[in-house]
Amino acid sequence: MLDGRSMIRRRAGLRLWLSAGWLGLLLCLALAAPWIAPKDPLAQDLFLGRMPPFWQAGAEPGYLLGTDSLGRDVLSRIIHGARLALLVAVVAGAATCVIGACLGLMAGFLRGWADLVISRMIDIWMAFPPVLFSILLIAVLGPGLWSIIIAIVVIDWTRFARVIRAEAMSQGAMDYVASAHVAGRGRLGTMLREILPNVLPTIVVLLTLEMGIAVIVEAILSFVNLSISSDDPTWGGMIAEGRSSIHQAWWVLVFPLITLFLTVLSFSQLGEGLKDRFDPVLR
Amino acid sequence: MSFLSVRNLTLRLKNGPRLLRRVSLDVAPGEVRGLVGESGAGKSMIGKAILGILPGAVEIAEGEIWLDGTDLLSLPPTERRRRIGATAALIPQDPLTALNPSHRIGPQITDRLVHILGWSRTDATARALDLLAEVHIPDPERVMRNYPHELSGGMRQRILIASAFAAEPKLIVADEPTTALDVTVQKQILRLIAGMQARHQTALLFVTHDLGVVSKVCQRLTVLYSGMVVEDASVTDFFAAPRHAYSAALLAATPKYTDPAAGLLPVPETVTASVRAEVEAFDRAMDSAINERGLADG
Repeated sequence: MLDGRSMIRRRAGLRLWLSAGWLGLLLCLALAAPWIAPKDPLAQDLFLGRMPPFWQAGAEPGYLLGTDSLGRDVLSRIIHGARLALLVAVVAGAATCVIGACLGLMAGFLRGWADLVISRMIDIWMAFPPVLFSILLIAVLGPGLWSIIIAIVVIDWTRFARVIRAEAMSQGAMDYVASAHVAGRGRLGTMLREILPNVLPTIVVLLTLEMGIAVIVEAILSFVNLSISSDDPTWGGMIAEGRSSIHQAWWVLVFPLITLFLTVLSFSQLGEGLKDRFDPVLR
Repeated sequence: MSFLSVRNLTLRLKNGPRLLRRVSLDVAPGEVRGLVGESGAGKSMIGKAILGILPGAVEIAEGEIWLDGTDLLSLPPTERRRRIGATAALIPQDPLTALNPSHRIGPQITDRLVHILGWSRTDATARALDLLAEVHIPDPERVMRNYPHELSGGMRQRILIASAFAAEPKLIVADEPTTALDVTVQKQILRLIAGMQARHQTALLFVTHDLGVVSKVCQRLTVLYSGMVVEDASVTDFFAAPRHAYSAALLAATPKYTDPAAGLLPVPETVTASVRAEVEAFDRAMDSAINERGLADG
């Protein structure tokens, strides 16, 4: 009964459920943050600074994961930070995906001058160091939620465009595209109906990867203090604050870091899991 | 009056060498014409040019393609595509890449009828089921719901044949339809194509490199070498006495089961050299004609 194929499918399923579970939990926490978070994430209490997490001696009841140097609850700040992280992941990921995939499809399938223009743009874009480019962009646009999203889209659309272009090119050489042409289908119709469904699994994988990357970029920008105002809790901001007191209070750094790690990992695994499950060729 | 008439078709790579050199061929209504040649002779290119699916790097330098009384090359692109879609169809070479892996079989046959020819969905589905039964597919209703990867290569080629005949085209271009299949399945598929062609009275341009296949399926044949027509004859005449030295050598090179001791005969160097000399002479004549015209224009 346990042949190789069913084993693979079982494992793919587990991966999908674990990553979707973590992201689902995070989404619920983010949506219900004001009601779920045990403390006000901004409330400071200097008498309760650097309290350790609950299993260590000297922990303060009610502060499960300890407090930072200003006495703010680490758990509540992580929960509130999930709102910004997920918002950036979804909005920036989706916008990057739509723009990059459209340009990639056009370049790869229509070829000709569209390909020429888009490919040269990709080449130019890839010559910029991405982190410096994003910092420069934010410096120009001014810090804020929309600046972060715009920066991610502007930098990362090439990731989609490059891969989707290559995929669309290889799909475009298939006989079924020729058959569609013979049958009288137009170029746009062929692109949307014949090519797009076949590059969709790749788009899904890239989209989830991009969501993970968006979370990381937001954290990096928070880390260098270029994200939204430093009062609002962000994972990157917490990591930056925790770094200065790593020897006295490791928990301020480690818990947001673990959350970030699990979230980015879950996004990439979600994409792979979805692909394994829904790609008709692999299924 | 032939249904398809290709006149003096010359194809070349953009700013590059010629792929076809003034190729002319005719297919009468309901006739099967074989198009034979070795790899790179340009036989698939003729089919692609007729169906308007030439690769982007290939351009038509000269010629006319008359389909059902209209010169396709004189039409604007949208009108040309509409005309081809309504009268012609393709049986592709590789059944593994000719069906879209993301769609079920049913829609791949019916969508063309519904969206491009304006049939109702019920009519199109009924038609597809009839055709699948006609190409001997067991349980057509189930197969309509399958994805291509769930079916074998032979099954997929049957589906492609059914799909090609779906809109009752008057011309079908079969581009080496049996090359990707193993020998036992090849025979069934050939018989199937021949049977379908006879029943539907479709003109068929059968591109192949296999003279054995031509002798079974075709009425007339055209032999190509290096983009030039070297012989155009009826199949009975050709197999009785090929006129051109290259066709004779090609025919002699076909292995014979009755005489295994004869071994495999290659096409002799002297023959290919003489055809190649013809090709080069043709190219020189064409180039000097173009140069003279250029000088006259300047």
